[in-house]
Amino acid sequence: MITPQIAVFLVLAAVVVAGALNLILQRHPIHSALSLIVVMVALAGLYLLQGAEFVAAVQIIVYAGAIMVLFIFVIMVLNAGAEECANVSRWARFVGVPLGVVFLVEVAYWIGRSTSGLAPGPSETVSTRDLSTLLFRDYVFPFELTSFLILIALLGAIVLARREESN
Amino acid sequence: MVPTSYYLVLSAVLFGLGVVAFIFKRNILTVFMSIELMLNGVNLAFVTFSRSLGQLQGQVFVFFVIVVAAAEAAVGMAIIILIHRNRGTLDVENVDTLKD
Repeated sequence: MITPQIAVFLVLAAVVVAGALNLILQRHPIHSALSLIVVMVALAGLYLLQGAEFVAAVQIIVYAGAIMVLFIFVIMVLNAGAEECANVSRWARFVGVPLGVVFLVEVAYWIGRSTSGLAPGPSETVSTRDLSTLLFRDYVFPFELTSFLILIALLGAIVLARREESN
Repeated sequence: MVPTSYYLVLSAVLFGLGVVAFIFKRNILTVFMSIELMLNGVNLAFVTFSRSLGQLQGQVFVFFVIVVAAAEAAVGMAIIILIHRNRGTLDVENVDTLKD
């Protein structure tokens, strides 16, 4: 029984998995970065499907916008070329890859089976008002700590990437 | 309604693909991208459980994960630029000083 929501979910999930596979298969880092952006936009669609509107907007703005722009900026500044072929041994190719696929399928199967009894939850969207009340009242101390984290990361990035002007 | 288990299976697959990319890719930039892939898989699980259990805390944690990912990307990019300046390469196979 395929409802419209399940159809939308299947399309978005196919886009997510295809983008992740493309990230692995592409040799040039800029192609990997672009397929990662596709994955993030499709994930934002999945968040919308679950009624998490604000998370979807943040996913697009911060992840697909800011963080991926940083990645692509560094790829272009460093003029990163295609990586050479990995010299994977025969054991890794003919035993490791099938075993990895079997492991992944088994983990997905058991997760799906053990959580199939969970309720889908309420269908209405989460209001941003409730979310911000929770964030700025109950979680205000962790929120302020993350601002310190961002500040220290900013300082660290500047100190690390600056040129030495000693001589 | 889409069952909760569908989202969790997709989240597990996404995390697994991130691990595969982390192990197989040799460009240090792509290794960083696979970390972002794993973080996205975890975020999907957070949002799914948040909806399934009817609690908003899961979505608050997604914001914290995104903030940590942004900080990690900023510091990581600085380190990558430093490695490129000192070594002239982005291949993780050539950055093995600690192995010797």
